[in-house]
Amino acid sequence: MQKRRINYNVIIAIISYFCLVILYIPCVAVMVTSFNDTRFGLSWRGFTFRWYSQLFENEYILEAALNSLIVATTSTIVATILGTALALGLYRANFPNFFGRIIRLSINLPIVVPDIIMAVALSVAFGFFRAFAPIFEMGMFTLVLSHVTFQISFVTLTVRSRLATLDKDLDVAAKDLNAYFFYSFRRITLPLLTPSIIAGAMLAFTLSLDDFIISFFIHGPESVTLPIYIFASLKRGITPEIHALSTVILAATIVLIIVAERLATVLIKRSKKEVKDALDDIGEKVGDLGLPG
Amino acid sequence: MLKDFFQSSSGMRFKSRTFTTALIAPGLFCLIVFLAVPCLSLIFLSLASKGTYGNIEWTISLENYKRLLGYNLFGWRPDFFFILLRSLREAFVTTVVCIILSYPLSFYIASRKTPLSRFVWLVLLTVPFCTNLVIRTYAWQLLLDPQSPITQVAAFFGMVPKGSPMYPGAFAVYLGMITTFLPFMALPLYSSIERLNWQLPQAAKDLYASPYLIFKQAILPQTIHGLYAGIIITFVPAMAMFVVTDILGGAKYMLIGNLIQQQFSQARDWPFGATLSLALMCLTLLSFALFRTSRISREGGSIY
Repeated sequence: MQKRRINYNVIIAIISYFCLVILYIPCVAVMVTSFNDTRFGLSWRGFTFRWYSQLFENEYILEAALNSLIVATTSTIVATILGTALALGLYRANFPNFFGRIIRLSINLPIVVPDIIMAVALSVAFGFFRAFAPIFEMGMFTLVLSHVTFQISFVTLTVRSRLATLDKDLDVAAKDLNAYFFYSFRRITLPLLTPSIIAGAMLAFTLSLDDFIISFFIHGPESVTLPIYIFASLKRGITPEIHALSTVILAATIVLIIVAERLATVLIKRSKKEVKDALDDIGEKVGDLGLPG
Repeated sequence: MLKDFFQSSSGMRFKSRTFTTALIAPGLFCLIVFLAVPCLSLIFLSLASKGTYGNIEWTISLENYKRLLGYNLFGWRPDFFFILLRSLREAFVTTVVCIILSYPLSFYIASRKTPLSRFVWLVLLTVPFCTNLVIRTYAWQLLLDPQSPITQVAAFFGMVPKGSPMYPGAFAVYLGMITTFLPFMALPLYSSIERLNWQLPQAAKDLYASPYLIFKQAILPQTIHGLYAGIIITFVPAMAMFVVTDILGGAKYMLIGNLIQQQFSQARDWPFGATLSLALMCLTLLSFALFRTSRISREGGSIY
């Protein structure tokens, strides 16, 4: 019996490392190839930074990178504000069945429905609105709008899951003490929510930066983002700069994830402290009024 | 009437009701106007037909649905129907392989002793989850190229003819799909295995249950929620995938996603694209319903 268990552990470890290998071998392959000093083929011809310097001279790639960043930043800011507001609004209001069901369905739609159907729905919507307003021509505006639309629900769900665990008593306590909504919001709700808002924003940002399927349907000639550029160059024939570009994107993603993790831990610690301070403040005020604590 | 919509624990005044509406309105507007309503409008669009110049002609007919089922000018050829079936098979195999790989992987991560090594493993799973799909898929093209070491080893053992790439084909597509969706399955599964009550499998083992029985009776019921979440977020996008099949599958390996993408780009046949999208949506809803009922019946039969 003892012998058998050890065997299982070995099998489990082997499968785990196998998973790691198949997940990482493609990334490693691209990274290694990006330093290879040959235009065609895969045989190793020596180490070079040539493709990286060419990368920063290629104006199409730079433009695509700029577009990606603009779209991701703008849409994340807008979606974070709208998504957080939506989550707060839903927390404050109890909707009866029918309306509540429609609202819940719309929020879950971008998560439940496959990306490609979302892309189809968005292009149909923009196609319809184009007849009334030329601003809905495929371009940066439609791209940002489509990203905002799918990001909102991710932000809302992240913030809502935190709101659900929030102690409603805190809110009630603040209300009992006649704290204005904005005061209790600023001193208690917001600090408690900040980690989840940041987490939602981070998620939204990576989703937008990463998104290919929706951008592919929505983009116009002036709004080519990096994933679209890479996909198009796969069809045209790949150049070594694409390997360098991919390596840069992979490295940036890894840095972003590590920063996000660090930020999350720091923020959670800080928010706990802030709320404690706020409660102390309120407690002091209660003390001033001579009420029992 | 409006008062009923906004019930609150401490009777809200009208002012705060308008405030709540103002919080909800903009976000909900985006979701409903650009997403929910267009999804519904696909039903109407699917009844229209394509004009000569790629425009939409609003003559109501069921032509597109007939085409989907394989009726065309030359009689009955169920090509589109086969593509639907292939998408289902593709998604099913991907999901099953991901489940088989994810269980050992999650057990292994959960059994790491220090929090740091668990954290490192989780980050290692999250990184591919966040890196770009197009890049990762293209990387497999690089690895399955005739000159790459992997292909040369395969050629040495006679698995592929010498000097030919291992893509496009079913093997490359499955490889791409599985590596894309493995983190989707492993992460939710890990979150439920992390909270597993190990006393149950231990008790089952003490009673000399076979490994299969230990898994079925003591582990599966406890992890069913993570498994269910994993299946949903793997199966549905796998069914709709078009990037992996486009890059690694070649022209012969079409899934419904590729077909939809074609209707909206080269073919400019929006009404038929809408019909296909509706078909995909029905498959999605069907799989949701299926997994839900199977989950309930399994939970009913568990040891709890």
